[in-house]
This record gives sequence, C-alpha cells and structure tokens, in this order.
Amino acid sequence: MKRLLEMLSPIVRPELTGGAESPEIDNTAYSPDSRTPLITGDNDNTTITDKVCGIVENKPTLGWWGFFLLAFSVLGLLGVFIPFLIFWGVGTWGVNNPVGWGYAIVNFVFWVGIGHAGTLISAILFLFRQKWRTSINRAAEAMTIFAVICAGMFPGIHVGRAWFAYWMFPLPNQMELWPNFRSPLVWDVFAVGTYFTVSLLFWYMGMIPDLATLRDRAKHTVRKVAYGALSLGWTGSNRQWHVYERSYLLLAALATPLVLSVHSVVSFDFAVSQIPGWHTTIFPPYFVAGAIFSGFAMVMTLLVPARQFFGLKDVITLKHLENMNKIIMLTGLLVGYAYSQEFFMAWYGGVKVEKFAFINRAFGQYAWAYWIMVSCNVLSPQIFWFKKMRTNIWVMFVVSIFVNIGMWFERFVITVTSLANEFTTSAWDYYSPKLADVMILLGAFGLFFTLFALFCRFLPFIAMSEVRGVLAEQAHAKARAHQQPSPESAAKPAAES
Amino acid sequence: MESQMNSSNGVETITAETAIDPKPVLMLAEFATADGLMEAAAGVRDKGFKLWDCHTPYPVHGLDAAMGVKPTLLPWIVLCGGFIGFSGGLLMQGWMNAIDYPFLISGKPFFSIPASIPVAFEMTILFSAFASFGGMLLLNGLPRLYRPHFRSDRFRRATADRFFISIDGRDRQFDIDSNSRLLQELGASAVEVIEE
Repeated sequence: MKRLLEMLSPIVRPELTGGAESPEIDNTAYSPDSRTPLITGDNDNTTITDKVCGIVENKPTLGWWGFFLLAFSVLGLLGVFIPFLIFWGVGTWGVNNPVGWGYAIVNFVFWVGIGHAGTLISAILFLFRQKWRTSINRAAEAMTIFAVICAGMFPGIHVGRAWFAYWMFPLPNQMELWPNFRSPLVWDVFAVGTYFTVSLLFWYMGMIPDLATLRDRAKHTVRKVAYGALSLGWTGSNRQWHVYERSYLLLAALATPLVLSVHSVVSFDFAVSQIPGWHTTIFPPYFVAGAIFSGFAMVMTLLVPARQFFGLKDVITLKHLENMNKIIMLTGLLVGYAYSQEFFMAWYGGVKVEKFAFINRAFGQYAWAYWIMVSCNVLSPQIFWFKKMRTNIWVMFVVSIFVNIGMWFERFVITVTSLANEFTTSAWDYYSPKLADVMILLGAFGLFFTLFALFCRFLPFIAMSEVRGVLAEQAHAKARAHQQPSPESAAKPAAES
Repeated sequence: MESQMNSSNGVETITAETAIDPKPVLMLAEFATADGLMEAAAGVRDKGFKLWDCHTPYPVHGLDAAMGVKPTLLPWIVLCGGFIGFSGGLLMQGWMNAIDYPFLISGKPFFSIPASIPVAFEMTILFSAFASFGGMLLLNGLPRLYRPHFRSDRFRRATADRFFISIDGRDRQFDIDSNSRLLQELGASAVEVIEE
C-alpha cells in the first residue's frame, strides 16, 4: 500500500514530493508533563504561510484537475435531471401514496446533518478552547457551507411546482396569504436560512486575515484585485484584531445554540406529526448527535486525502485525526443508544401501532436498510476502541465512508418505513426510487465535491492566522520547558550531558 | 512610487509618484518577533502617542494591554441586534397569522408565545450575527481598500511573518527624527516613512 502511494504521489503533487513532503509523525502519545505538539516538523510562520499559500499559488496538479473534472461531470447530472423533474413533475420520482416523502427529504436531512460537524469544529470547539480545531476548521466550515447548499436545493425542487418555491418565505403575494407559522416546515425555512447565513458570515470573517496574506503575496493583477477586494483592506492592525476577536467569539457563541437548534427543528418536521415512529420526544437530541456523527465522517472523508495531496501532514497531524475518530466513536455510541431507546419506548409506551412501527423497521420489508444502518453506524465505529485502528489512515477512511452510507440509510429508514406502513393497512405500499431520484442524489455529490475542489484551489485551506497563534504558544511552551527543567530531568542531569 | 534611503538616520522614505507636495503620512517600524514588538509597543504607549497601531500576522496575546487598547463596544451592538431579531420575529408572526390574515389552525389561538419561539429564536441569532459582523466592520472602519501602509513592500509580510508598529502622520507627537530614533532604540530592524 505504501509503495502504491509513493507511485501515485508524483502525479498528485510533483513539487512537494522532492524532499519537501513531510513524513507521517506519530504525535498521538500521551504524556502528562508536556502538551502534544499540534504542528509537527520544523515549521514556523514563514513555512506555514508558504505551504498553505502554495496550494493556491502553484499551478493546479493533474490530480486536482482529475478530481475537479470528475466532480464537475457528475454535477452535470443535476443539469439534466432537475429540468426533467421540473418539466414532468414529481411523478418522475418514485414517491407514491402513502410514501410522499422520498429521496428529496432523505437527502435534505442527510446534507443538513453533514454541515453540523463544521459548525461544531468551528464554534463549539472554539468555545471549549480546543486548539486542535485550528488546523481543520477552515475546511470543515467550507464543507458546512457546501453541504447546506446541497441541502437547500432539495426543498426548492421537491415542492412540485418549483416556480412557487418563494411561497416558503414570508413575502407579500397576490393572495394576501402568509406562511402558517405553526408548521415546522416553515420553522425549517428560518432555521436552515439562518444557519446558512451565519455559517457563511463566520467562514468569511475567519478568512479575512488569510485573504489579506494571499493579497500581499499576489503577483498577478486579477489575484491582487480579487483578494484585495475580499480582504477588505485588512492590515493586521491590533486595534482591529481586538474587535475582530471579540466579534469572532460572539459569532461562535451564537453559532453554538444555532447548530443545536437547526437539526432539532429538522427533527420537528417528523416529531410534530403523528406518524408512528416519528412522533417521539427523543428526536431532537438524537438527530443532533447523528448530524455531528455524519458530519465528522464527511470531514474525515475529505481531509484524509486532502492532507496527503497538499502535503499538509504536519499541519493536520495524526493527533487531529485521532481526536476526530474519538468524536466519531462517541457520537456513534450516542446514535446506537438512541436506536435502542426508540425500541424501549415503543415497548414501554404500550401503543400498539408504535410497537408495530419499530418491529416493522427491523424485521419488515425494509429490514435490509435497517441492518445496513445499524452495521454502518453502530458496529463499524467500534473499531476505534483500538488505538492502532484509530490512528491508521486507511481504517479511518474506510470507516468514514461506512458512516456516510449508514447515516444516509438512517434518514431513509426513518422517512420511508414509517410512511410505507402507517395506520391504515389498506394504504400500505412499497417505495423504491426511480432513475431521477438516484441521479439527483449523485448530482448533489457532484455539486458538493465541485465546490470543495474550487475551494481548495482558490481559498486558504488552513486558517493560517490561527495556526500562527498555535505555533507561538508551542514555541513559548518549549522555551519554558528549557528554562525550568522538569523534575525528571533534574534528577538525572549527568546522564544527559 | 519611489523610495530613497537617508543614510544619516537609517530611515527609508517611500514617496507616492502621484504626490505633488509630498508630506509624511505614516511611519512604519519592523520587528522580527512578537516579543520584540510587545516590548516596543509598551515603550510607544508610555511616550503618550495616540494615533498609532501594531500590525501582526495573528492576534498576539498580551498586546492589547501593552498598547492600552480599551474594551470594545461590540457586545452591546450585538445585544441590540438580538433584541431586534427576537421582538421582530414575534411581531412578524403575530401580525401575519393573527392580525393581517388570521389563520385558524386546529382551533388553537391565533397567536401564542410557545408556538412562535422557534422562528423568534432563529431571528434572534440571525440579527445578532448580522450585528456582530456589521458591528465589527463599522468599528474597524472596514472595508477600506486603500491604506498608505500598502505602499511599503516590507509591510507585505505583516500578514505572514513580520511584526510592525505604525505611527500616523496626524499624531501630535509625529516627528521623523525623534520617532525613528525611539523606534530604533526599541529594537526596530527597519524604519520607513511613507509620503504622499
């Protein structure tokens, strides 16, 4: 496997493999008397700046073009199948009566959930002063924005008459009607709209100092003008940093309850109805845990290859990946607990249809989907109990793919099984997708990866200004350690010298 | 843009090409390390300068105290934004569903607080976030795409790996000779004056 990678790497990034490539350093060892270095290797402000800006400034590699063109051509599916859908109507989808919510809602919930890890990394870990977030937060936030773009597409097209999609918003119209504010679907418009706007502001604001770095290094006029305008004339002034840091902290404090509310509101779409299997109070926390779980898996899917291709192994270190794997394992356990509680409550609640709904989920006509979900979401992350596994690049990449699949199936199971077999037995039916369903799902992945490829190419992939702060702290800690020898080294000075 | 070196005091002068009657507008002093900058900043603060600033590639902790920067007003602006969002969200729902076009849903009251909380909450966050971002721009005077700082080539590294102190030409104590001497004594590795 190692040899295969070595063979591939010159195609991927020729200028970084000639000795400049950083080796994989294991910085996951726990030591009580010193902090784990979060940036490994011989890095300082200059090398970090060169490395991160180099991704944007150097010519795109063959690998990047390959990835971009593949993603872009998959995106083309949307260009074919969305007009097709709008022209022929939602009958081109597999939805039937009683299953009126098919792939569109499943995909919507899936993509919104993906976004949650980005906000958790950027806002919640920031409030908890988790310094390791600085290496991954920019890419994770970008992922959030792109995932919410993919999610936002689905309500727009699934309303049937897409040209009336603006009825979702409280806008004056010729019927003098307003949205019904007692409907969780309207709450969703506000929750997802706010989430997208705030995530975009947070992402852009965090990027201003790094865009200024790109502006100051730019040689080409187009780049000078573009990065010059985007960086708003930032000079790194400390009086500005002071206000900026306070504003960033406040945005983090606002984004934290927001991210918890967004998937709670998404879960209300289900929980507020009376469909068996949906009408449960566990839904908000269960959905939020699942969202973070799936989002971290997607961050892993993106970052494991990205750090390899862009030569960022000393910035996004094994420690970062290990920490993320721990969160994946924790949230996977939470999700597994929620699955079991649903069954317990269905039995303990004593409502017949509720009991049936859950037995039907696990052993009914969609049992295959249910067990894909359980094995991907509950069983596969258990491998991370072993340190050797959670620090192995290939294991974590494969598990992250499994979790992505499992979390898509979770939304499928919740949406479809409950609708297909609800109260009236005479209305039961089996739902299966049609070509347009599958193609639009694939197209959404094309959109997501196209946007991510463009982001890698044109925007700073790592939050350089924040990483410099971490480097400064690391240097200070090192200097302190040299001044005050630890008790251990004081006890045996002769052995050292 | 032309630049010339005055060898007597080691100060480099950068003059804008377009300037008809060039006047000094800014003095820049470069430092190699954050610690060096921090000591120098305390020195400049103690001399009683008003219109001056430090420029760093990342927020340096402790520099606010070394410069004597006062706490910002921003949290109050954000509080106002949140209040407007919350009350606006409640009023919007009440007016739309209970007054302008009363909607009777399952015999429930036209307007009630609990059912209105999710939307009002989201509006609170949205308006607070706008206030936080907009307030940051407003208090920092951004966007302002041109600054005299950008005439200096050396200053390009202020966003990468160098640290700067700038003294505005409008400061009462601005004086090329004495200020440059002060900055050099405080450990500046280079001092520049921008004229335009």
